[in-house]
Amino acid sequence: MKKNLLKNNIVQSLLTSLICIILGMIVGFIVLLFINPAGAAEAIISIAKNFFCYNSTNMQLKYLGNTLAKTAPLLMCSLSVLFSYKVGLFNIGVAGQYVVGACACLYAALAWHLSWLPCMLLAILAGAVFGAISGALKAYFNVNEVISGIMLNWIGLYGTNMILSNVKEAASPYTYQLSAAGEQAILPTLGLGALFNNNQYVGLALPLSIICAIAIWVILEKTRFGYELKATGYNKNAAKYSGMAEKRNMILTLIIGGALAGLGGSLLYQTGYEQWQCTHSSLPAMGFNGIAAAFLGGLSPIGTIFASFFIQHITAGGTYVDKTMYCSQISDLISAIIVYLCGFVGFFKYAINTHIAKREARKGGNE
Amino acid sequence: MEQPYAIEMLNITKKFPGIVANDNITLQLKKGEIHALLGENGAGKSTLMSVLFGLYQPEEGTIKKDGQVVKIENPNDANDLGIGMVHQHFKLVECFTVLDNIILGVEPNQFGFLKKAEARKKVLELSERYGLRIDPDAKIEDITVGMQQRTEILKMLYRDNEILIFDEPTAVLTPQEINELMQIMRNLAAEGKSILFISHKLAEIMAVADRCSVLRKGKYIGTVNIADTSIPELSAMMVGRNVNFHVEKKEAKPGEVILSVENLTVASDVHKNNAVKNVSLKVHAGEIVCIAGIDGNGQTELVYALTGLKPAISGKITLHGQDITNASIRKRNVLGMSHIPEDRHKHGLVLDYSLENNLVLKRYFEPEFTNKAGMLRQNNIRAYSEKLIEQYDVRSGQGPATIARSMSGGNQQKAIIAREIDTNPELLIAVQPTRGLDVGAIEYIHKQLVAQRDAGKAVLMVSLELDEVMDVPDRILVMHDGEIVGEFDPKKTTEEELGLYMAGAKKDQVKA
Repeated sequence: MKKNLLKNNIVQSLLTSLICIILGMIVGFIVLLFINPAGAAEAIISIAKNFFCYNSTNMQLKYLGNTLAKTAPLLMCSLSVLFSYKVGLFNIGVAGQYVVGACACLYAALAWHLSWLPCMLLAILAGAVFGAISGALKAYFNVNEVISGIMLNWIGLYGTNMILSNVKEAASPYTYQLSAAGEQAILPTLGLGALFNNNQYVGLALPLSIICAIAIWVILEKTRFGYELKATGYNKNAAKYSGMAEKRNMILTLIIGGALAGLGGSLLYQTGYEQWQCTHSSLPAMGFNGIAAAFLGGLSPIGTIFASFFIQHITAGGTYVDKTMYCSQISDLISAIIVYLCGFVGFFKYAINTHIAKREARKGGNE
Repeated sequence: MEQPYAIEMLNITKKFPGIVANDNITLQLKKGEIHALLGENGAGKSTLMSVLFGLYQPEEGTIKKDGQVVKIENPNDANDLGIGMVHQHFKLVECFTVLDNIILGVEPNQFGFLKKAEARKKVLELSERYGLRIDPDAKIEDITVGMQQRTEILKMLYRDNEILIFDEPTAVLTPQEINELMQIMRNLAAEGKSILFISHKLAEIMAVADRCSVLRKGKYIGTVNIADTSIPELSAMMVGRNVNFHVEKKEAKPGEVILSVENLTVASDVHKNNAVKNVSLKVHAGEIVCIAGIDGNGQTELVYALTGLKPAISGKITLHGQDITNASIRKRNVLGMSHIPEDRHKHGLVLDYSLENNLVLKRYFEPEFTNKAGMLRQNNIRAYSEKLIEQYDVRSGQGPATIARSMSGGNQQKAIIAREIDTNPELLIAVQPTRGLDVGAIEYIHKQLVAQRDAGKAVLMVSLELDEVMDVPDRILVMHDGEIVGEFDPKKTTEEELGLYMAGAKKDQVKA
């Protein structure tokens, strides 16, 4: 009975994700021990606790709200990665698509003073265009989407810095505050903020991203389009043989992937949670964390909802590490280690399956 | 006088998860004999050889060399014992010369400098002695498959191997080359080498072997003297029942032209030369046309161009009067072209999809399987696949939900055939439809092709197996170096005649 349970795909996904999380915590803990044994236990606990570090329920709710506000864009990025991955494409360009999405919506909000919906649509469009470039290069010139994605990431980053410099504060590298200069573009909160101790950053983004996750699941599992895409991903040659337009599908996939990531940019920056820093010389971690979230979620759209929340939880928890004992980079380092190990889901699945096969072999041998 | 055995594998048992690959198998190879090892695919021949080469350790059984028990833990042990093998797929460095390949790994040298002159002398002596005509300075990529095989044989002789194993050596050869190989094997045996000849081709075993051991489904069936046996007896031992090798079919009644190809030229992916050169042919309703030839003479590219997987450089392809030269693959399918592809894993199946998803691979977009909103009608897909599974006897672990990868090769092929035939095509293109399948499955597939023909469909088949070429089609076209070099009636030709054309020794002007 137990053996059958282990073979079940969903059980396997859950189990492997849990193993990854625990292993990540342990490795993170060991690293902390090496740096400064005295505070290691406390530090890893604060990372795991995140908003529970606060004593009052109100503060806990407020910071849970902050975590959720950043979960939504992360979920969009991980959906983008997942969707492309199902078609056999590794969309590492998600980071750049996310950035140009942020750029488009911020510029539209601060320079043109458009309201929230057109800003969001422009963000989606910008991400989709970036995805389309990678897709077209892949389909027509056989340029690896990883290479073109990485290049486009940097183009996107510096392009964004340049464009948004037109709408930044004179004395700082940050863009104008959305609440001051582009209030009309702030996403509606739908009264959700009230649930989190009046956290104004919680709103449309969260339900919208969850709806996107469900929509992606439906497309992949229930539609003709999803059937074609997955066939292309599993076996490009067979897809071509059976008459599917595999090139068109490839481009379309990256367009949709880019649109999802672009929407992710809008879902963070249009809450006013953050301003864009026009001197960024590295890409925001959001896109890359999306890759880890997709794998940690067992490459299931529903799984990624929880995986995105967890990764955001850890990332936010990192900021609560005692900075008197550790240098300020430690929070990023530890959450990066945990996120890194989250990518090992496939490896553990493989290990479990070989183990089952071996056990059955031994059993078969005895019979 | 009892002849001593060169190598003995006694009571070998090797188990894998869920299967006993070798069940108490005994194989005794006498010195200086040619011993055939006969069995269908999956009978356990490869496993047994892997045990002999130390790639697998058997659970039970012993191996003896010259009467002494030996332990073979890896291929190097086997080499040290003088066991050598010519693999089905040659292990040669393409851009090296014949001589370089022969000495590879055992290069004679002094202080690290090669002593090639010495090696050349030994190689030439050996090739003289056993009648292996080779040019030591030719590059592997420039020589024929037959000469490549002789290079592999010389590799074993150069290493002073006493026990020579030939794994399906004739699969890649023309009839003439096969005869040469047989002669070489006889020479080797006469010089005292012991030869193990792995094959499922009965005629060749009868022609060259002294004794034959038969395996079936991992079990040892028996060893017979070739002088005392016959092809029907061997085949019954191999498959466990009497097999009808001859395809039963009535006279063909060719009707109108279904497929017409005019002056088709197709580029090659590997060479600068075109793979298909100015080919014209016609296939009529109610006939099976077979394109025969040695692998790599343009058959693959010809089919790719017909099915739309590769564009044609020039020429015209018409299906039932419609010009489809530049039509999409989907259009060709919808117009009535079915394609059983050469490589069922590369093209024929999405291995990670379930069987039911594979069975609708060419029809999923039809209203029966997709509604107007673009959603799949999964109940209909299930019902349809259950019907096909029943009708074509596709066996699998979990029915429609079985992942295609986990199915046996024969059942994968049956699934493809079910899918391709059930679309009720005007033209069925079947490329090596029986490749790698056992006798039972081959019989079944041949029957299906003939049934299609009798239903008035046009069938174009490509085959490398001469038995199949002689038996199944109503008309044979031989392809050599990208051209159709001969057209034959299978009832009026011989394997030898076809062989001459396949090797390019003869050539006719063929008009479509």
